[in-house]
Amino acid sequence: MSKATIIVHSGDMDKLYSALIIGNGALAMGMDASLYFTFWGLMRLKKGGLEKGPLSKMHFLGIGKWMVKRKMKQANVRSLEKMITDFRELGGKIFACDMTMEIMGIQKEDLRQDLITEYAAVGTYIKEAKESDVTLFI
Amino acid sequence: MNENVTIVDCVGETCPVPLVETRKAIRKASPGDIIEVIGTHPASKKEIPMAVKELGLELISIEEEGNMWKIRIKMR
Repeated sequence: MSKATIIVHSGDMDKLYSALIIGNGALAMGMDASLYFTFWGLMRLKKGGLEKGPLSKMHFLGIGKWMVKRKMKQANVRSLEKMITDFRELGGKIFACDMTMEIMGIQKEDLRQDLITEYAAVGTYIKEAKESDVTLFI
Repeated sequence: MNENVTIVDCVGETCPVPLVETRKAIRKASPGDIIEVIGTHPASKKEIPMAVKELGLELISIEEEGNMWKIRIKMR
């Protein structure tokens, strides 16, 4: 089976949307999909952190994000919480980088363990990426 | 014939919801079942048939009325 493997390095809200939309799209098209959360991306897997990311551009101390969120609501775009739940429900895997956890002093209890499939390092990523047809760094 | 039909209502939903909800229904269905997806998102009308092909399922029909579309899929 073909596979998509995505590194989620950014913790920006808009980039998290990209990662989850592509991940869900891959699953919907019958592919396997894995998301590797590392660095700022991993911060979004902290309890209550999923929707906390700033906008990658034009954040303007939160005003830009507020405007984009309002537009998204009007366009009926699903929340990140719903998208990540969809991703898991469709069989997508979520990996948490354990080096980031060590550097940033994050414990497993601080993270959304309900969403995480595995705690892993670079070797696991390379193994998965090697078998993948689509690999992205977001 | 006794057909098991599942309706997936995606009216007013946008990317990637119609695709995701269709996939969820496909995962739950059994061979021979019919899945009927109704929606308004223009790109999904093209993309759901693409997914159907990728998944090796049968595309029965695509109907359109105004901005609404209905896609019928048969499980194999």
